[in-house]
Amino acid sequence: MPLNIIEKFSISYMQILDEKGNVDPELEPDLSRDDLLKLYHYMTLSRMVDSRMLNLQRQGRLGTLPACTGQEASFCASVLAIKNTDWFAGSYRELGGRLMRGDSLLNLLYLYNGFEEGSYNYENNRTLPISIILASQLPHAVGLAYGSRLQGEKDTVALVLFGDGSTSEGDFHEALNFAGVLNAPVVFLCQNNQYAISTPRKLQTKSATIAQKAIAYGIPGIQVDGNDVLAVYKSVKDAVTRARNNEGPSLIEAFTYRMLMHTTADDPTRYRDDQEVERWKEKDPLKRFKIFLTNKKLWDDKKQLDLENELKQTIDETVKQFESKNDFKPDAPFDYVFEHPGSTLEEQRMDFLENLKKETEND
Amino acid sequence: MTKINMVQSLNRTLHQIMESDEKVLIMGEDVGLNGGVFRVTEGLFEKYGRKRVIDSPIAESSILGVAIGMAISGLKPVVEMQFSGFSYLMMHQLEGNASRMRTRSRGQFTVPLVVRMPYGGGIRALEHHSESKEVYFAHTAGVKVVIPSSPSNAGLLLKAAINDPDPVIFMEPKRSYRSFKENVSDDNEKITLGSAQILKRGDDITIISWGAMMRDTLKAVQDLEEETGFNPEVIDLLTISPMDTRTIVESVKKTGRCVIIQEAQKSFGPASEIIALINDQALMYLEATVKRVTMYDVPFPLFGRELLYMPSIEKIKRAVLETLNE
Repeated sequence: MPLNIIEKFSISYMQILDEKGNVDPELEPDLSRDDLLKLYHYMTLSRMVDSRMLNLQRQGRLGTLPACTGQEASFCASVLAIKNTDWFAGSYRELGGRLMRGDSLLNLLYLYNGFEEGSYNYENNRTLPISIILASQLPHAVGLAYGSRLQGEKDTVALVLFGDGSTSEGDFHEALNFAGVLNAPVVFLCQNNQYAISTPRKLQTKSATIAQKAIAYGIPGIQVDGNDVLAVYKSVKDAVTRARNNEGPSLIEAFTYRMLMHTTADDPTRYRDDQEVERWKEKDPLKRFKIFLTNKKLWDDKKQLDLENELKQTIDETVKQFESKNDFKPDAPFDYVFEHPGSTLEEQRMDFLENLKKETEND
Repeated sequence: MTKINMVQSLNRTLHQIMESDEKVLIMGEDVGLNGGVFRVTEGLFEKYGRKRVIDSPIAESSILGVAIGMAISGLKPVVEMQFSGFSYLMMHQLEGNASRMRTRSRGQFTVPLVVRMPYGGGIRALEHHSESKEVYFAHTAGVKVVIPSSPSNAGLLLKAAINDPDPVIFMEPKRSYRSFKENVSDDNEKITLGSAQILKRGDDITIISWGAMMRDTLKAVQDLEEETGFNPEVIDLLTISPMDTRTIVESVKKTGRCVIIQEAQKSFGPASEIIALINDQALMYLEATVKRVTMYDVPFPLFGRELLYMPSIEKIKRAVLETLNE
């Protein structure tokens, strides 16, 4: 008997705004002037904050930091596609997206200077804190989406961001499968930046794309140009619409590039060559978005200069504010262990404070 | 004799063992071309190639699971968890399989593998990069837990761990990775797993520690010796599990006093186990309550406050003096 093909699959790639700034009018999403400018504002802010924090780190004024430069379209345009009432979970490489959700530079500076006070201060409390343990936030997103739906929120969805390295973890596969089975309204967005520290994408999986992993779990998957704001926005928006309409979860692979180091503790020259980095500079997400806005008569050199000056001033002021704070409460790490700490922890806090007093007396 | 740091000592041992034993294989995240994030596996990929030095996908559970299969097949995998904070994903393979394969197969299959992982605080790291959770592993029967404290014992212990016929969790105190150098001899010195080391013999008090805390403990002891002229016995545990009970009990019977310095949080740690051991076997010899200097039972603080929470030379000195004067 001949073999019959019982299922066929394919994976699409979407690009709307190319490296030169050309746009595909058929696919161009309907974004208001305000939204476009907001997106550009946050992408620029993200780039400038990233660079400033790296400088502060090099001067020893901050600890180890992840670098986000080059991925602004992926994390900003995806966040723009959800509402404040939706859930957002991510890892640690979505700086601009987190700023859009209401985290502040000041808090990030506290956090990366090693103080718990900066670890959570979102205006939007439907945002989960930074998740360093890879892929651990994916099942949370499934639970958030399903949980909100079960509690009567007919419209709420969850967006979760993670990297290519995370797709090797069991949590990635389990979350996609779980979401499919529960028909949970989740959008999984993989920022495929080509490297997990030193490990290139091709050593992470034998699959030709990450998007195709959706097929195994029975959910839609698409690869998009992750440096193209319009493609990221449209793909996420489409997935969000499906999720809102009870059509279940989706996987989006945003094909991008980590322009700098994994973290400041990493030296990328050990494992990749400069030419590769140079080639990706041509694909810069901000550069092509600026051309797009200029062509739409929404942007010009004067506006660019004004924005950069305004953001620089804000950043300078925030850094000053950060550096003037020195009243961190020593026993703060005891504050949020439990709602009801119990005798063990209360005794330990007293012991800690007594010890501290003895040490100050000795000084 | 050459003076080298702990990373160099571990790296040197791995080079020696890879050279002499073809069954030894390295696997983990970024251990190949990058040489590991702390460079412990540096140069192995270039020398032994990708078949024996495997840059694995990011999948801690499968790193151990695959290593179990490799070990049963006859290899001796030495796998790396990039940070101990990422190792919890391998727990079900450790508890459910690595630790029990010998028992379950009635000795037919053994799992001679080593899981290396940097652990511990004091290096201004991000969240999940500073904890000391040796007790998670020590609480698993069938698994040995080893913690070196210096360049000279790190290489010897790693060699012993790789040659051990059972699974060994090898926790590397990353604060001590590059903080000091020692002469490391090239001869065939050996350390046996399960043996603590008496670093200093004395009669007044037994001071026990392990890992990165050993360094601070020795500094505190040196200060107190100069200030008070006391004569302590200092024990480096080296193997957390199975613990060298005899060395501890004999020492405490002799001194009647004991202080334990543990980087991990206070409750349910190895220090608690040592106190229980003393209670079982040396209670009547005690002249003072046994003290522990530990972290607190809070999630490990971010680095802005970590040193306030970790045991320090001052805290150790205070505890020792209090115990001596009790």
